[in-house]
Amino acid sequence: MSDIRQFQTHPEVEIATESPLAYSRQRSGAPAITVSSQVMLRERPFQGHLTLRGGAIVLDEALRHVLGLSLPSQPHGLNHDDSGERSVQWLAPDEWLLIVPGGEEFSLETRLRDALGDAHVSIVDVSGGQTVIDIEGEMAHAVLMKFTHYDVDPTVFPVGKGVTTGFAKTSAILRRSSASRWELVVRRSFADYLYRWLLDAGEEYGIGVER
Amino acid sequence: MFHIYCPYCEEYREEEEFHPKGQAHLSRPEDPDDCSDEAWGDYLFFRDNPRGIHHEMWVHAQGCRKFFNITRHTVTYEILETYKMGEQPTITAETNTARPAATASSADDRAATEVKGAQGVQA
Ligand SMILES: [Zn+2]
Repeated sequence: MSDIRQFQTHPEVEIATESPLAYSRQRSGAPAITVSSQVMLRERPFQGHLTLRGGAIVLDEALRHVLGLSLPSQPHGLNHDDSGERSVQWLAPDEWLLIVPGGEEFSLETRLRDALGDAHVSIVDVSGGQTVIDIEGEMAHAVLMKFTHYDVDPTVFPVGKGVTTGFAKTSAILRRSSASRWELVVRRSFADYLYRWLLDAGEEYGIGVER
Repeated sequence: MFHIYCPYCEEYREEEEFHPKGQAHLSRPEDPDDCSDEAWGDYLFFRDNPRGIHHEMWVHAQGCRKFFNITRHTVTYEILETYKMGEQPTITAETNTARPAATASSADDRAATEVKGAQGVQA
């Protein structure tokens, strides 16, 4: 058992929540998806994000036990569970990002802490600090090429890879979860900036935002 | 384009993602209360400034955010190797004295290196 105190970030009463892009949609708009849209954006807000730090072996054991998901051991690895809803990504030799459906993160953290016992690890709930933007469409990588110096050619950036790298003069996490879908994990404070940059960069490809 | 190999990410990354953090392999005096002012002053304030091989600490600031070491030539700016924290360099000023003679045998190789180095400086 762990004696770390946790904090349930979900209130018991129903209150309105707003995604990091709520304000941007209002102010900068959200162009509709049309038949000529070659790039589509979709925000997937309110998911549970946990940063895991510590030794790979103990964390892998706990994660397999609790979630049936193994920790990527290789740099830039990205593993999904069978449903595709939960993922764990390598960020550094001692750091991983776990993303689960919103609301699961509190009990998941508890179960992970129980499984980890006294192991020297850190689990931090960063759900409120970042959001996920999906980028799909045949010209998705062309938009990404405007953003980053990282090589995003689909032939050298395989499905199941994720990197933290420079994006439009800030930094973000870029991952490829399937052949057609790229995901950007962006910090809340940069979400508006990156959203507007994406709209601008995707304009020539008829970029549309899913509502 | 100027790429640096991160030993933790195990791939080459754009130079922009990195920051230099000064001389590597500095060891803090084990007992600061019981060392001479000179030793403490050396540790705090004095750094090497060699013409040639230098070992430096860099951080992969926009990537894995890990510190690692680089062996760099301060005249040509050539990065000779990168290695993890806690490891020792394989190329040092002593081992490198044989290098110019060895590379001089292949003029083409050297020209290629010089072009690469020049691009690195521009980047
Ligand atoms: Zn790195």
